[in-house]
Amino acid sequence: MMHILLSGDLPRSRILALLLAVILICLAFAPFLFPGVRTVDTAARICIFVVLVASYDLLLGYGGIVSFAHTMFFGMGAYGVALASTHMGRGFDALLVGSLTGAGLAAGLALLIGLFSLRVRAIFFAMITLAVASAVAVLVSQLSGLTGGEDGLTFKTPRELGPAFKFGTELFGGELLGVKLNGRLLTYYLIFAGSALLFLALLRIVNSPFGRVLQAVRENDFRAEAIGYRVVYYRVTATCLSAAIAALSGSLYAIWLRYVGPDTTLSMTIMIDILLMVVIGGMGTIYGAVVGATVFVLAQNYLQNLMGVLSGMTEGLPLLPELLSPDRWLLWLGVLFILSVYFFPSGVVGRLRGQR
Amino acid sequence: MTAAPEHAPTMAQSSLRDRLAPYAPLLLVPLLAIAGFIAVQNPASWMTLTVSGLAMGMMIFLMASGLTLVFGLMDVINFGHGAFVSVGAFIGISVLLTLGQLTNAPSLALNLLAILAAVLAAMAATALMGWAFERVIVKPVYGNHLSQILVTMGGLIIAEQLIIVLWGPEEIYFTRPEALKGALTFGDAAIEKYRLVTVAVGLAVFAAMRFVLRRTKIGLIVRAGVQNGEMVAALGYRLRLVFVGVFIAGSALAGLGGVMWGLYQEVITAHMGNQAMILIFIVVIIGGLGSVEGCFIGALLVGLLQNYVAFVEPKLALVSNIALMVAILMWRPMGMIPVVKAK
Repeated sequence: MMHILLSGDLPRSRILALLLAVILICLAFAPFLFPGVRTVDTAARICIFVVLVASYDLLLGYGGIVSFAHTMFFGMGAYGVALASTHMGRGFDALLVGSLTGAGLAAGLALLIGLFSLRVRAIFFAMITLAVASAVAVLVSQLSGLTGGEDGLTFKTPRELGPAFKFGTELFGGELLGVKLNGRLLTYYLIFAGSALLFLALLRIVNSPFGRVLQAVRENDFRAEAIGYRVVYYRVTATCLSAAIAALSGSLYAIWLRYVGPDTTLSMTIMIDILLMVVIGGMGTIYGAVVGATVFVLAQNYLQNLMGVLSGMTEGLPLLPELLSPDRWLLWLGVLFILSVYFFPSGVVGRLRGQR
Repeated sequence: MTAAPEHAPTMAQSSLRDRLAPYAPLLLVPLLAIAGFIAVQNPASWMTLTVSGLAMGMMIFLMASGLTLVFGLMDVINFGHGAFVSVGAFIGISVLLTLGQLTNAPSLALNLLAILAAVLAAMAATALMGWAFERVIVKPVYGNHLSQILVTMGGLIIAEQLIIVLWGPEEIYFTRPEALKGALTFGDAAIEKYRLVTVAVGLAVFAAMRFVLRRTKIGLIVRAGVQNGEMVAALGYRLRLVFVGVFIAGSALAGLGGVMWGLYQEVITAHMGNQAMILIFIVVIIGGLGSVEGCFIGALLVGLLQNYVAFVEPKLALVSNIALMVAILMWRPMGMIPVVKAK
């Protein structure tokens, strides 16, 4: 059963298995284990980023393709849901139509970019995606009539997903283990289930024959071509799949936040976050996405508090308070980034698996 | 025993088309200018737009030329190149602001002196930074594109954040030196003085680069290294040293470009390098990796196109550069003047 569910790609390390189990249990019961608006929000963010990072890992870790347009696809899913909900009115049909349209458009755009640039040269792809993604980000903030510009769009999700919706009042008195049974709880489980499904789908993809060929292409595209695989076909397909899944995770993000804006979905900062999560977790291991996203989101949410404390403690010293101020979080991220590429190239998962 | 075949040399001359093909990109700039004239339809505005397009192109060329050489020579793709642009701009402008007396005086000579000081300070700082960048960040990841992209990206983030730590998070506004404010009028066309200065500086740097690359021994080694680094190293030249030199020179040029860019916009932000990276990449790609001439033509094309389109249909200006890149890559998948073989 486990074998089928995980597509035969077991963690292959006792510590890793334990770690993954703990993360899974924490996420599955987050509203009950850690009640509180902020903690549940963190858990939902982790779920969404696990999928986003895993979809990026399909490209970077399995395909060896560096793309900077991943937030663009993420944003397409998010804006899809937002626009559908604004124009079609609140309802599950709007969510569905928005997500599917977003994913479809993302896959289409990925196909276009891929067909045109993947056959040229690997290094071009990184630069071209960076250029296209930034053009789209600027375009989104300029076309304020459609996308709400810098302010973004706030929209309503179905009533059943709102905090005002209560259920189980007769059965449990509206509370289970001290947690109010309302629409937010339902939303959380919608996000959790959606993320879990997408994650398992990704695991299935990378462990299929397709995933194996992709790895072969990553290792040596010349030989893969010589054996008879159409390298361009595999690369383009991987790009499209990864784009569509990123868009779906963007849809989940929009449903959770009930808001989309350029800063939350399209900014370069998020792209860098994704890169770092992949590197920390370990490239080429879908499980790395789980570890990377969890560690990163937790650090992002709680390390900033610590930095604030440290900054306060070093008040009198020159320069140090500014270096340690919570706003300079990105600076330490950059340092961490470089150090992990040098000293930790296989990431947490690679390390753990290598220990056996 | 058969006789040796008769000596019959064929004096086939390649067709005119084949002989002209390498020079075709050169024609693009005037063609684009003519197309711009047809689209704008007003000689005075066309003149203004063309000069500002050229000025913008020159600045992009300054920033991009180092990157394209570094890539060609050592196969290092530096996503952190934009950091030099920001740092150059911040240091240069800080120097200009402290030299307030020189910049506020209405004398052209004093103003230029102030700018020269700013440019030299910025170039020195970015050259030093380039050296450190190469030592600390790039050196351990030679030969691995993926790590290079990741690590240099990290370098860019760190530089950007350090600028915010040192200069504060707000953007800095300032005005250009007295003598460079305002515009000259030729007939109906008004041309800002500063843009003329930019064009002159850009042309001078391009000419100097061409001279160094074509006429000197160092240039010969660099060009040979771009074509085939292993062979040059096998001949006994210390290509690594040359490479570090090119990296430093490229960083200094990016710093110069940063100062010029800052003076052009009269505002500097920590993110300006990151924004410039997009234009730099487009120029490097369409020019052909490793080619200084391609980079020059590409930069002019990008600058001109952006200005024309912004005048005719402002909303399309953002997409125009991407469209240009798509068009050029359809025509020549390796860029206009490819130097480095496919990798």
